Amino acid sequence: MNWSLFIEELGKSQENLLIAFGVSSLSAIASIILGTILGIIVGLALTYGHVINRILARLYTDIIRGVPLFVLIMAIFYIQAASGFGMTAFQAGTLALAIFCASHVAENLRGALQAIPKGQMEAAQSVGLTFLQCFFSVLLPQALRQMLPAWVNTAIEIVKGTTLLSVIGVAELLLATQRVISRTYLSLEFYLFVGLVFYILNFTIEQIGRAVERRLARHG
Amino acid sequence: MNILTISGLHKSFGAVEVLRGIDLTLDKGDVVSLIGASGSGKTTLLRCINLLETFEGGTIEITGEAIGYQEKNGRRTRLPDRVIARQRAMTGMVFQQFNLFPHMTAQKNVMLGLIKTKRMAKAEAAELADTWLERVGMLSRKDHYPSQLSGGQQQRVAIARAIAMNPQLMLLDEITSALDPELVQEVLAVVRDLAHDGMTMLIVTHEMKFARDVSSRIVFMHEGLIHEEGEPETLFASPRTTRLQEFLGRT
Repeated sequence: MNWSLFIEELGKSQENLLIAFGVSSLSAIASIILGTILGIIVGLALTYGHVINRILARLYTDIIRGVPLFVLIMAIFYIQAASGFGMTAFQAGTLALAIFCASHVAENLRGALQAIPKGQMEAAQSVGLTFLQCFFSVLLPQALRQMLPAWVNTAIEIVKGTTLLSVIGVAELLLATQRVISRTYLSLEFYLFVGLVFYILNFTIEQIGRAVERRLARHG
Repeated sequence: MNILTISGLHKSFGAVEVLRGIDLTLDKGDVVSLIGASGSGKTTLLRCINLLETFEGGTIEITGEAIGYQEKNGRRTRLPDRVIARQRAMTGMVFQQFNLFPHMTAQKNVMLGLIKTKRMAKAEAAELADTWLERVGMLSRKDHYPSQLSGGQQQRVAIARAIAMNPQLMLLDEITSALDPELVQEVLAVVRDLAHDGMTMLIVTHEMKFARDVSSRIVFMHEGLIHEEGEPETLFASPRTTRLQEFLGRT
């Protein structure tokens, strides 16, 4: 392992790697936000929807969770191309990640809502709240607290999942690193490097998640 | 006008008829204790009055307003969610399991209904909440979360939450059954206090001594029907029906 050469090469390619890091981050953030919003909608359909909506939502979550992320990315990319949507690889890849994120968020939300004791809803109704008021003031706050650890897990998986976007040609961090490796042959050093970057990123997310959890736990 | 008028109430869970024709009237200031074995329908009756359960036959009127259902062109339909929500606010219910909202302080628990249902301003709601919390002896703990309170304290907050809404009728569903014995008295003291102040209450309880002390009337239910009804002294001293004699012999 040639660390002095690694540092030198790292300095030379730092601009490329930084841009690629930006691409990875942007894709992760966009897909997590989009996926969470979509996931909440699907989760509500799973919990409260009419029979048909519930079946559709169930099909969606089961299929997406059953398919490997790699396959999902390829599928979205080629299906949208064939249907004439003309998305960029970045857009298609981020969409695939969002769909993946949503399926997990939906299932987590359903579980969290159904874990809330029935008495909570009844107590809220007893002071005259309508269903919507019950939901937003009493049920959702408790469900979100319940869901937080699982949501952090999903976020971490999405961050790691951005590396798979390389197969459809998105210039994310892993692909950029591989390009540097093919030029310098410092494979071990650079793979360790990119592993470290992702580790730090995910560790930070996890720590933030735990801090939020601790703060919310004080409130029961 | 009576606070509560129930006529011919029928309620089934699937094939099992749990309430088989209940007639009950409460005047303002009445404190009525519902006693009876488990499964006699006492809690179901309370939950029908609070519209937490549907009922298939009969009517329930609170201060003259028929709740839950309406007759339109000879067809009986359930009222819309908004109307039902408003009607629920006419009664205040306290549950066996307290059911305080864990993510809110004691004060916020009491304020929620005031803000959302009664459309009060936050400051006004906070003041009213504080008044009732003081009344139940919980003002010093108003910024505590339910997880930081004992069972008896939680139940007292639950009582404040229900009564702050200024309901016509308070429904108390075995509110001391889930409490440690030492904590039961503090809750019963609050209820006794409210009864003396003229609150109309329908109480489901197993605490016979308490029922005798605080009630103006006792109603004994058995298998979905009211078997006996009367003043506490006479009912407990000389029960007329065999069922009630058996029940009192056992408790």
